[in-house]
Amino acid sequence: MARIFTAKVVTANALIEGDVIYLTADDQWSRDLTQGELITDEAHAQLRLLKAQSQVATIVGAYLADVKPGDNGPEPTHFREDFRRTGPSNYAHGKQEAEANV
Amino acid sequence: MYKYNDFDTAFVTERNAQFRAQVARRIDGSLTEDEFKPLRLMNGLYLQLHAYMLRVAVPYGSLNSAQMTQLALLAEKWDKGYGHFTTRQNIQFNWPKLSDVPDMLDALAEVGMHAIQTSGNTIRNVTSDHFAGAAADEIEDPRPVAELIRQWSTDHPEFQFMGRKFKIAVGAAAEDRAVLKAHDLAVRIVQNPAGETGYQILIGGGLGRTPMIGQVINDFLPRADLLPYIESVVSVWNQIGRRDNKYKARIKITVHEHGIDDIRARVKARFALIRPSFTGADQELLSEIKAHFAAPNFRSGSTAAYGAAYNADPVFRAWADTNLAEHRNEAHAIVTISIKKHGATPGDASADQMRAMADLAAEYGYDELRISHQQNVILPHVHKSDLPALHARLKQHDLATANIGLISDIIACPGMDYCALATARAIPVAQQIATRFDALKLEHDIGHLQIKISGCINACGHHHIAHIGILGLDRAGVENYQITLGGDATWTANIGERAGPGFAYDEIVPAVERIVEAYLDLRSNAEETFLETYRRVGLSPFKSALYPEAQKKVA
Repeated sequence: MARIFTAKVVTANALIEGDVIYLTADDQWSRDLTQGELITDEAHAQLRLLKAQSQVATIVGAYLADVKPGDNGPEPTHFREDFRRTGPSNYAHGKQEAEANV
Repeated sequence: MYKYNDFDTAFVTERNAQFRAQVARRIDGSLTEDEFKPLRLMNGLYLQLHAYMLRVAVPYGSLNSAQMTQLALLAEKWDKGYGHFTTRQNIQFNWPKLSDVPDMLDALAEVGMHAIQTSGNTIRNVTSDHFAGAAADEIEDPRPVAELIRQWSTDHPEFQFMGRKFKIAVGAAAEDRAVLKAHDLAVRIVQNPAGETGYQILIGGGLGRTPMIGQVINDFLPRADLLPYIESVVSVWNQIGRRDNKYKARIKITVHEHGIDDIRARVKARFALIRPSFTGADQELLSEIKAHFAAPNFRSGSTAAYGAAYNADPVFRAWADTNLAEHRNEAHAIVTISIKKHGATPGDASADQMRAMADLAAEYGYDELRISHQQNVILPHVHKSDLPALHARLKQHDLATANIGLISDIIACPGMDYCALATARAIPVAQQIATRFDALKLEHDIGHLQIKISGCINACGHHHIAHIGILGLDRAGVENYQITLGGDATWTANIGERAGPGFAYDEIVPAVERIVEAYLDLRSNAEETFLETYRRVGLSPFKSALYPEAQKKVA
């Protein structure tokens, strides 16, 4: 029996900084998961992934990550994606540092 | 300290220039990630969960003050102000930008350092005893042999693209401080009954998903045969090692599947073929290398200041009792600087701390530092009269925690806070255990106890060979921690026994506390260590303490 498709975002790492990034609906890359395009159609997900993977001079290691819809956009469903979203838990580095400097 | 000769310098310079060009081609898009990845890994550059990670080689854990100061510069200029010392005696920088890495490598080359073969399927950075050249119980300094192996293995054409990585360690002391039995190949410098010095060779050790203890393949190898023999071992494994499954591509699996006798016979045949090509140049090179590792001109003089401080200052005494080790020169001591202040990230040192340790090495330690696989920093030679002043200076930099070998001296891999392979976090578990037992004020009463934590089955945190091992896993989408007990990293090495079902993230610290409480109840006297108690009473009473609900159901 075919597996039921669940919501996804296209995620990757930025080529120069290595930061975790998300593909937005308007073909930009955002550091903020809530701005990522919530994809609910499997065929569309594959097309978006192919588009991401073609950007070899911009990003690294694109893949489809499981998410669920939240009040402010996509939210992670697994703790690994939650850590990728927030940064390490022992220091306020990465995303948390960026937020602290806003 | 080994100092680069003209060849070494030219080699590293050329290699850095190559990598600078490769990075430029990656950034302009002319190299894809698939093409670039093996090239960056050959230069120690990973892409981890949140950023790139540059792993810098600290060969056999040895550094001088200029090198440590340069690491501080890298941390400050191109990272976030700290570095992470690893269980392979290296240092990792967690936040470099790809475009900055060539400059970082050039800065390292200025002080005779590099990141070559700290990654990839090759012979990795050679490790050794962190007390090498200073320990009272060693036959000789093992570092010249480690350096010889490093030079032989660096860019060796046969061993650049093997089935998997290959780790070599060298030791020469009565006590194994280099975890020799958990390496793909271990060289133990020994003396035979005739008083000749040679090498015992062990192979097939390793942790990870199939932990195994190394076996002796050659009990006594003459000195001149070392490199051809090691080359024979690696060559045989490179030829017959499994390549169909990356998890079975380590020499431990090859030894397990073929048996040590079969491997020994194959190595013997290979050795007979290649031995004649080793003309003796390697032994000449070893002699040259040895000259670089001559012992410092140890100061003599009174050690009365040490005795006076020891008697007068209980804080100094507590630190001296835990953080000092016996030196081969009785006026000196080996100082282990704990970079595991309670609640800190094990192995992390700030740029300020690195600079402070470098300054102290220059001032009090004959300009030498070592990194231990236990993620601490060693000043191998300090005159005892300098210890009170050194301790006072360490306190100023949060480096005087008196916990070496105690429950808060935890090995922890980066785990899911940094590592792309991890399945759970390791660092916060270590932080919470250390903080908890500091609050309980039980640490010194508990005595020698090693807790080691890995955030995945690859076991970079050495959990299999911990007295209390903790393995973080993903169980149905949540972090879950398995406990093993009774592991041992020394000559009596063995793999710990799994205690039972794992614990949730918020249950793991109380579980460890129950184990320790059980030990305190079970030990025959205050001198009996955790491992001794465990070996006397076995798993059962600890299991009862860990799973009290299960015991109630049985009753």
